[in-house]
Amino acid sequence: MTAHDLVFVIVGLVTAVSAILVVTSRHLMHAALYLALTLTGIGGVFLVLGAGFIALVQVVVYVGAVAVLFLFGLMLTRAPIGREALDSQNRGLGLAVAGALFVLLAALIIPAFGGESTAEVTGPTIEAIGIAIFADWVLPFEVLSMLLLAALIGAILLARREAGESGTEAEVTRIEMGEALADEPDRHEAVGTSAPAGELGAGGGR
Amino acid sequence: MSPLGPLLLAALLFSIGVYGVIARRNAVLVLMSVELMLNAVNINLVAFQNLLFPAELAVSGQMFALFIIGVAAAEVGVGLAIVFNLFRNRATVNVDDVDLMRW
Repeated sequence: MTAHDLVFVIVGLVTAVSAILVVTSRHLMHAALYLALTLTGIGGVFLVLGAGFIALVQVVVYVGAVAVLFLFGLMLTRAPIGREALDSQNRGLGLAVAGALFVLLAALIIPAFGGESTAEVTGPTIEAIGIAIFADWVLPFEVLSMLLLAALIGAILLARREAGESGTEAEVTRIEMGEALADEPDRHEAVGTSAPAGELGAGGGR
Repeated sequence: MSPLGPLLLAALLFSIGVYGVIARRNAVLVLMSVELMLNAVNINLVAFQNLLFPAELAVSGQMFALFIIGVAAAEVGVGLAIVFNLFRNRATVNVDDVDLMRW
């Protein structure tokens, strides 16, 4: 076992344990922070595999943007905390399916790749990746930029308060004034968790 | 270095993601499990590229990993926007309660 393998085992163990904690943790915030640790660990795996650029992109995009986005998502949807509220009834089914899938994949992978072993890890340089992006992969790259633009516009459109209203300024200032709450109580309380079931349909069908 | 270790780690992460998607009720946690599965595929792609086909000029494995990272970022943005909309309209993010489009 070389030093390379040793580092991989350590990083892989950290990644696997924190990934298990992501799906079993009882606290939402802990799950999100374990997810950040898992994504960092996967970046470390990329480093061990000799893909420095992918590791960098992983840390910047996933740990820097996606994990923070998840933290905001959890904070903005005030969900109840606790195992009963977080896990559904079919935990046994999930365990069975996931276990069977892992056993199947391992039974396929171990005979197929058990014997092979390359002497050293050699990855392409960042220069080669840059040339490949803008020579061989330039069309998919542009399509990806269009996809990101479409996702940006779609996310803004979906998460906006009211379709047809220009902004949220009026509502926010009225909430801060306080006495304006009496005018339209149901609209403001629909944001909270205590909205009655009867008004939800009216709020949803715009 | 043998490709066995990274491939087994990726299989484990993918299985954990499948378990999370099935067992979790909170929609944000389900999205997090989907991210785990996407990352497992990325490990596979990078391992295949660097350990089995290191001399390939087009760097296909790492390019696919990069594109998956970009697509996953877009997916998280739209997915969280849908979850926020759901929370505003239904005051819940429990995926078991959202069965409006179920036949």
